[in-house]
Amino acid sequence: MSLKYMTPTEQFKKYLPKDYVELVDYGPFGKSQDEAGVNNIGQFKEVLEEHPMCSGCLMAYFIRVFFAALPNPEDTVTLGTAGCGRLAISQAAVPFIYGNYGDQNAMASGLSRAFRLRFPDKKKDVVTLAGDGGTMDIGFSMTMHSWIRGEKFTTIMLDNEVYGNTGGQESGMSPQGAILKMAPEGKKFEKMPATELAKTAGCVYVVRISPTNIKKTAKSIKRAILVAREVGPTFIHVYTSCNIEYSIPTEEVFKDAKDQEKDRFSFEEYMTDEAREVIERIEGEEKKAKKAKKGARKEEVVS
Amino acid sequence: MSQNARPKLEKKIVDAGYLLKEAPRTQQFITGAQAMAEAVKRANVDMAIAYPITPQSEVMHLVGDIYAQGHIKEYYRAEEELGTMSAIAGAARAGVRMFTATSGPGLLRGLEAIASWPGHRIPAVLGVLTRVVNAPLSIQPDNIEIAYLMHCGALVLHAENQQDTFDMTLAAFAIAEKVDVYIPVAVATEGFFVTHAKGYVNTTPEDMALTPIDPTAAPVPAMDNETPPARIQRDAPVQKSNFMSYLIHAVWQQEIWDSNKRSMKYIYEYLGGPIEVQDPEADVFVVASGCAAAQAREAHRYAQEEGLSVGFIKVRSIRPFPVDEIREAVKNAKKLIVPEHNIIGWLCKEVKASIPNSGIVVEGPRVYGGMTLPVELIMAEIYNALGIEHNMKL
Repeated sequence: MSLKYMTPTEQFKKYLPKDYVELVDYGPFGKSQDEAGVNNIGQFKEVLEEHPMCSGCLMAYFIRVFFAALPNPEDTVTLGTAGCGRLAISQAAVPFIYGNYGDQNAMASGLSRAFRLRFPDKKKDVVTLAGDGGTMDIGFSMTMHSWIRGEKFTTIMLDNEVYGNTGGQESGMSPQGAILKMAPEGKKFEKMPATELAKTAGCVYVVRISPTNIKKTAKSIKRAILVAREVGPTFIHVYTSCNIEYSIPTEEVFKDAKDQEKDRFSFEEYMTDEAREVIERIEGEEKKAKKAKKGARKEEVVS
Repeated sequence: MSQNARPKLEKKIVDAGYLLKEAPRTQQFITGAQAMAEAVKRANVDMAIAYPITPQSEVMHLVGDIYAQGHIKEYYRAEEELGTMSAIAGAARAGVRMFTATSGPGLLRGLEAIASWPGHRIPAVLGVLTRVVNAPLSIQPDNIEIAYLMHCGALVLHAENQQDTFDMTLAAFAIAEKVDVYIPVAVATEGFFVTHAKGYVNTTPEDMALTPIDPTAAPVPAMDNETPPARIQRDAPVQKSNFMSYLIHAVWQQEIWDSNKRSMKYIYEYLGGPIEVQDPEADVFVVASGCAAAQAREAHRYAQEEGLSVGFIKVRSIRPFPVDEIREAVKNAKKLIVPEHNIIGWLCKEVKASIPNSGIVVEGPRVYGGMTLPVELIMAEIYNALGIEHNMKL
């Protein structure tokens, strides 16, 4: 149904914007990750192309990877809140709900439950993407309680360690000692332990990552979404530096992300046994299918 | 519990017109909270989200019970009111019928989300069981919260008693989901005075339910990746500071308030109109809404017994406000008395703004902080207005 609802009839096609038609014809909708995933970016029309983010923004890069990594873009709804991220997220060709301040996980609780009511036999993926302020400060209670209630959707925190969009104020996720607006003498307490909080609150799959490796990043996103469908809340804490507020020269952004990999954003992947079962089952099936396809191709060549 | 394991109830599906105006009714002696829950039971609600606050809690306890009986498909207790109201906004995007209720401080805590419901085109129904919001805090009835609520864009109906609470709540679902309305409807009534007191309510049959929501019949279709038009076009965000964003916000909010106005015909259709008028030829009118209308009705009866030229106007709809109807009804009046259960007199201000001769409006009597509104207070103003000497010991 979801693919059908976006596909125009031949007669109507010529009246639609070119961008729309191209998305239907050459976009990732209805295609597998092998046909239109992070491994072949550049060979299909991505759901996110233009955005108004700053030059060299790691967050914009991550959001691009995120959209390319979606296992089911035609049946995904994203939710977010005020912050830099939504400027790009809202320009992707995937429905995006922009709510009030920090309420993305409360909205997603209602939305994902309502989807299961209306479409019990369909996979509708719900993902919240909000900044460190939206997820861990102003939205803290709603984030935590959605996890505690075991709501089945994915939470992604775009952590640039600062309120970038409002002009560089300290957030709970800023590192201790950082001199920022509203922290004129440097931040006096530690960065909040987001992944620990997630695990304690009942997230069944938790990843902390600096997204330097595209494949690894995409794998985490996919796992988080697939596990959320079946088991419970999943969380990705991703480093998406603010090169403006932290004055990281554009050409140094990636190097900084690599440095952070050895520092505050060392890779961490946690999963419960139930989550592991789901991941092993799905990835096992995918491997088998790939092998069978390869075998079939070989046979074709031989014959 | 999985949806397969939930109790399945056989109900006769009827439209709002039949349910509200023609369906057989049975008299029950129940509280206002029960009346609201009985309406929800008959409204084919998909999902309700609860959070406790006195005096509202009673309503959502009862809604929880009717969920357990199978009248509602999904129900949970949220973390607090902002979480509740936000979850309503999220769920409504999936095209389901939503209900929640709150009181005073809870309403104000949830107001950031509620104020955005109309713009998000959320046709949810919100019960507002009023109580004190300002310091010093109290749980007692005072309806000042309606002053904050009435500028959000939502419809606001104000129930006088248990029967109104039932009828208005049921009608609210039908009105909210009209394609030319499609904004939330708040049904307010006074905490304790109505919620915890029993009155006679004529209810429709329990096995008769309102037509389900049609998520395709909406000015902004459900965001379910099923209902066209597909949302895969890249739109520049409205939230940018540029000329287009100002324009989009402006026209969008104009449409919200136009939708609010357009709901008036349905208030006539399902609730008999936004005002009730008794003795239209009178010199002095008592104009009131909610619980104050019950006391004003009694004052009107006293005045009738004494042969005084006193009329009565009950305002059912605070938003849309019946400006034309009130102006017409009081065009020959010499004095208007507006009794209220709050200190600022929000109804009085609305009435004054509706007529060309606002000098005829008597500001009060007003009680607040949870006090009752003695009929004698209204009578004293009636005597003053008619120039009758009186010596009432209040």
